[in-house]
Amino acid sequence: MKITEQEVRRVAELANLALTEDEIVHMTQDMDGILTHIDKLSELDTSNVEPMSQVLYDSEETATLRADIERKPLGNADALANAAVSGQGYFKVPLVIER
Amino acid sequence: MTIDSIRADLLAKKTSAEEIAREALKFAEAENPKTNAYLTFAPERALAAARAVDQKIAAGEDPGPLAGVPIAIKDVILTRGLRTTCASRMLETYIPPYDATAVIRIEKAGGVIIGKTNCDEFAMGSSNENSAFGPVRNPVALDRVPGGSSGGSAAVIAQGTAVLSLGSDTGGSIRQPASFCGVTGVTPTYGRVSRYGLTAFASSLDHIGPFSRAVRDSARLLQVMAGRDEMDSTSAFAPVPDYVAALDGNIRGMKIGVPKEFFDGLASDTGDVIQAAIQTLQKLGCEIREVTLPHTAYAVGCYYIICTAEASSNLARYDGVRYTRRSESASTLQEMYRKTRDEGFGAECKRRIMLGTYVLSAGYYDAYYLKAQKVRALVAQDYAQAFKQVDAIVGPVSPFPAFKLGEKVDDPTSMYLSDIYTVTGDLAGVPCMSVPAGKTADGLPVGLQVLANHFNETAMFRVADAFERA
Repeated sequence: MKITEQEVRRVAELANLALTEDEIVHMTQDMDGILTHIDKLSELDTSNVEPMSQVLYDSEETATLRADIERKPLGNADALANAAVSGQGYFKVPLVIER
Repeated sequence: MTIDSIRADLLAKKTSAEEIAREALKFAEAENPKTNAYLTFAPERALAAARAVDQKIAAGEDPGPLAGVPIAIKDVILTRGLRTTCASRMLETYIPPYDATAVIRIEKAGGVIIGKTNCDEFAMGSSNENSAFGPVRNPVALDRVPGGSSGGSAAVIAQGTAVLSLGSDTGGSIRQPASFCGVTGVTPTYGRVSRYGLTAFASSLDHIGPFSRAVRDSARLLQVMAGRDEMDSTSAFAPVPDYVAALDGNIRGMKIGVPKEFFDGLASDTGDVIQAAIQTLQKLGCEIREVTLPHTAYAVGCYYIICTAEASSNLARYDGVRYTRRSESASTLQEMYRKTRDEGFGAECKRRIMLGTYVLSAGYYDAYYLKAQKVRALVAQDYAQAFKQVDAIVGPVSPFPAFKLGEKVDDPTSMYLSDIYTVTGDLAGVPCMSVPAGKTADGLPVGLQVLANHFNETAMFRVADAFERA
């Protein structure tokens, strides 16, 4: 086994997912399957290879900077239009700190 | 209908854009129960766009290169004021506050957006069975999948319920459904089309691209969308050539590479169609050369580390605060995050978030994520080497044709492995497409994949267009 149920529980915590017991069992099997395939990568010697994080093309250093011109922002009403709960111009969330 | 035939009819005043839009909407709504390809129709938006085209024609102005053409948009691409769900419960009621750049450019060119298409949830899947709103059925064989993740966008073209559509491709999500449904689908060079307004799945791999019947129409649609956009810092500055002008049907003397690694694990019925296609290219005067892409066997593992890592970060934003859905049973902040995400995401999204979180977690980063980035460099080098010898590369899109609904849904690893011939193009960022190549003995469509070097969409389109004519 590449991964245990205990590790899956820990990863679910990190990912902010409340998985059920049944989901934990299935997730462990599924992750184990793909991680076993992924193991194949260790066959390759990559000690002299530079990692590639993005497809990059030649361009001038400042090419991606736009002109420093003021632009109209989205605006409060539009930004909040899809909020789960909002009020007073803010996103509302459950109580964070007890007083 | 094609872009050209619609334009000719409009300019000859045989019909109006409004009439075409009304007919297209009526037909699409009537046919949709067969395939479930559309999630949302946009009659008001479509008719307004069509009337604007008609007004331009009446005023003697140029109505634009996509004038009056009914277009469907994959439901991961944002449309202002028009529900965009990503085929997820999480975003069931999400109304975007802005348009994607690709959408803006299409409408500016006279295109008429008639609806949003079904797909795998957040574009994660290879069969369209991961949609929260039910699978799409393949119009060619209704008991089979249309492919994924852009299954709906491929199906509407095959079904004739749109003339053009947009999909997104991260690991094959345009080419594989195009192959399964017998239509043309194009993944342009990474950065060729702005990703602004494309819901992020794996940002370093995500592409927007067109679907159509004819190769020429995909070239025209790409022409409209391509080019630098300051809203996407990864969008490319490279000038956009006139793709359609280069399509003269003559590819004599072009050097076409066939990677031997793309024939490992290939089903024989698919292989036969691909071999016949290669012979056709030879008859058209192409020089066929065997090339090697030696790291292909490592590409699926590499891809599923990188795409899940990026997905786990990108999908962190769905936290119950900003994007419509919040669990009703949560009382604390932590519970709100966890329950909202558990209730809102489907099984495949959870799998990818979990895998991505795992490969990025302390102690595993070097072994998985960093390793995958290095293997990605090797895959990209394979293509760079190959394109020193050839103008284009051809091969299969998928190891097998469209499979039956439910057939592979219980085995995620085997579903991932079926992306073997498509993920390398995305990892390298080269343009690649699927063009219909024929059918298996069972009558199932098989697509020929055509790949070219960065920004050489012209070579890719020339090969696909000449092949289509032959």
